[in-house]
Amino acid sequence: MKTAQAVATAPVAGLQPTASDRVAQGVLAVVALLLLVFLAAPLLAIGVKAVQDADGAFVGWHNFVAYAQTPALMTSLWNSLWVSALVTLITVPTAFLFAYALARSCMPLKPLFRGITLIPLLGPSLLSAISLIYWFGNQGVLKEALTWVGIESIYGAAGIVMAEIFAVFPHALMILVTALSASDARLYEAADAMGTSAARKFFTITLPGAKYGLISASLVVFTLVITDFGIPKVIGGNFNVLATDVFKLVIGQQDFQRGAVVALLLLAPAVLTFAVDHLVQRKQMAMLSARAVPLRPRPDAGFDTAMTLWCSAVALLMLAMLGMAIFASFASFWPYNLSPSWRHYTMGLFDAEVGEGFVNSLKMALGTAVLGTALVFLGAYLMEKTPVSPAMRSTVRLLAMLPMAVPGLVLGLGYIFFFIEPSNPLHGLYHTMTLLTLCTIVHFYTTGHLTAVTALKALDSEFEAVSASLKVPFWTTLRRVTLPICTPALLDIARYFFVNAMTTISAVVFLYSPETKVASIAILNLDEAGEIGAAAACAVMIAAASAVATSVFWLISRLIERKTQAWKHQ
Amino acid sequence: MSAYLQLRGISKQFGSFTALSDINLDIHQGEFVCFLGPSGCGKTTLLRIVAGLEAQSAGSIAQAERDISRLPPAQRDYGIVFQSYALFPNLSVADNVAYGLVNRKVSKPQIRSRVEELLKLVGLPGSADKFPAQLSGGQQQRIALARALATSPGLLLLDEPLSALDAIVRVHLRQEIRSLQRKLGVTTIMVTHDQEEALSVADRIVVMNHGVIEQVGTPLEVYRHPASPFVADFVGRINVLPATAVAHNRIRIGAAEFECEHALSNGQAGKVYLRPEDVLARPLSPDDNNVFDAQVEKIEFLGSYCLVRAASPALGEHRVTVSMSLNFIGEQRLEVGARLPLRLLPERMRLFH
Repeated sequence: MKTAQAVATAPVAGLQPTASDRVAQGVLAVVALLLLVFLAAPLLAIGVKAVQDADGAFVGWHNFVAYAQTPALMTSLWNSLWVSALVTLITVPTAFLFAYALARSCMPLKPLFRGITLIPLLGPSLLSAISLIYWFGNQGVLKEALTWVGIESIYGAAGIVMAEIFAVFPHALMILVTALSASDARLYEAADAMGTSAARKFFTITLPGAKYGLISASLVVFTLVITDFGIPKVIGGNFNVLATDVFKLVIGQQDFQRGAVVALLLLAPAVLTFAVDHLVQRKQMAMLSARAVPLRPRPDAGFDTAMTLWCSAVALLMLAMLGMAIFASFASFWPYNLSPSWRHYTMGLFDAEVGEGFVNSLKMALGTAVLGTALVFLGAYLMEKTPVSPAMRSTVRLLAMLPMAVPGLVLGLGYIFFFIEPSNPLHGLYHTMTLLTLCTIVHFYTTGHLTAVTALKALDSEFEAVSASLKVPFWTTLRRVTLPICTPALLDIARYFFVNAMTTISAVVFLYSPETKVASIAILNLDEAGEIGAAAACAVMIAAASAVATSVFWLISRLIERKTQAWKHQ
Repeated sequence: MSAYLQLRGISKQFGSFTALSDINLDIHQGEFVCFLGPSGCGKTTLLRIVAGLEAQSAGSIAQAERDISRLPPAQRDYGIVFQSYALFPNLSVADNVAYGLVNRKVSKPQIRSRVEELLKLVGLPGSADKFPAQLSGGQQQRIALARALATSPGLLLLDEPLSALDAIVRVHLRQEIRSLQRKLGVTTIMVTHDQEEALSVADRIVVMNHGVIEQVGTPLEVYRHPASPFVADFVGRINVLPATAVAHNRIRIGAAEFECEHALSNGQAGKVYLRPEDVLARPLSPDDNNVFDAQVEKIEFLGSYCLVRAASPALGEHRVTVSMSLNFIGEQRLEVGARLPLRLLPERMRLFH
């Protein structure tokens, strides 16, 4: 019987397919084909480039050996590794303590603290780098403070580390809050009944329980940092890392072969993270039994005060980052005339044609949100709920999970290699908005896919069986039941796509043309041109657009919820 | 006339696991059949094969003389009710019941009157505008039943429909399902692991274990004449006593010999299966056979009746459990240690190897 339940939605091989089965199979095949062309093929192109010479002849390991013999590139590898490790070592404990306060204390204002830590997700990652320049840069307000702690200049490793901590903090926090929230109060009650000390409870129950979350968070942080391009570009100075090397090799020197080698190097930690995370998540799920009783923290004045202080300190630093970017973007002429003006905004928007880029960004974000959500949900629905062949099901599942393991930088590079070939029938897409949009959808596919799958799995697996017995085709049930129930999840996926499309840099930096330049790329160009004020203004505008979009999505979901989710509240 | 539903040589493999092997079964028009068995016996798999939600690895199915072996669910003729109800939570009760009708291009007024009729049939008139979440579990299951019956299917499949309900609701609803089935005359298969449920509602019970059918029979046949030790054990309580045949219709249990109408061949060892109510403790006539003296060891109180465990030198180390009414125990002032004569009913003893 267990077996029968497990395969409740499996295809019924051996029965004659109906018209609706054929439609489901056909549509899912299209989704699979899209993922093959816009994900698998570009990745394959990197692998091919890495073992070819400039003329396309097979050279085996030659490019790898040549790379290993380049002292400058080996320095970059070392720099990337230790900077990423340092950021991980600082961010994970900081975020763990913050998550602990959110999940296990009776600290006041939890939603506010949680909200503040999400700020970095609204802007491009390099927003924190720009802020740091205003705080500690050559003309920074706290430049002197830097020398007191023995750091010569913010341009370099110090700046990268500090900026990355802010950028990746929300990612680590989300994982750790989830890990710490999933706890069984009974374990603590049993420990209390046996007179266990607080420290012993922490080390024997809390830490083991959050172990997988800690591993996951560490790997995610490490991967995000080592593959981030924007921050080292803006604040790295002469400190070279792999991500900036790739850009120089491919865009600057047009050395696709060595670029491909570095891209494969960057792919390694991401693939490792992906594999470990996959293993870890299974164990994490198995840990919490269905009978677990959720833990409700009890007030403890001393502990709660300490936690509030800690979270306030972190939140203040976060606000200082965003605040400085906003403040500086309005300053007339930093650091001499700080009176507010729209100068950087007008200059950025009109003189540097960022306005156009901003419109492009909005177009791309909307396209990603609409197309991406449709594609992701359709794929997940057909895979989970309709009778398709097991082979097709596992192919789509693999392709849907793969983007998680592919850094944006690597994906963008793959797109260049694949679509730049004039022999490719899809070559016409190169440099177009369509390709930028598709690349962004693929880049952020996995999170959307997982959200959709979770929402779909929460539905009774017998809905489709009941529909079939009533002779109702799957699309009717999709329209009348599944879609209305999943509307909140759909909006969530759309919001996620929108915000990420607004802020992404790493993939699109390889793919834009002057006509399709997006706002996040414009920041880089402005920064390069020394117009840091305008760069700050542009970053703030992106963050503002993301914030507005998030609010709009929230409002829509409230409105729609009132209409389609009425059954929940009655 | 051939049977309404004919299963021939149905087998199902999940990888190397055999869920069903060579199932042959005929179900007649208008019959109420229960698939009964423990978890993992294959009863749900068999129902899902009948529904086309699972495909058999081998064998054929015919419904109303039509071969449906390879037909997808949508081309078969049945309504189904699941343990989880599977009501669409965002649709009103009326929309749920009408779900299969809307697709058949039935006119709106017709749908409305059909929905009203069905809701009345399942005893929930006036609940059309409610959402499933506003109903109790028992009410939701009635709605699921109405939805399954809406299109007047020839076959009704019930997959443990009562398992998620409270004990009292369960007993009540199973009788309602039974009388509804009688009224409509719809051929029905219900999967259950609850033997009491199967005994109380089924015309025939199909007892299954490890993917094979152990016995098919009326509730009384299955209870009185279990075809195998498994059936004897699974359906109802039963005493199991090791025995040896000493002559035709005579067996030895422990130190004593008893008459037994169900025979083993001479000298063969086996086991006697005897229900607690087939061990008599009533005042016995002097010429009764199979009588022995026993002593009460334990009394398990179960409401209107008790199960009394008794020991006897005649049975050696073996114990026998006797079902007695509470009134009888009161009249006889039975308590632990009390002595009383017991009689094993020779016509009820079943012998198995």
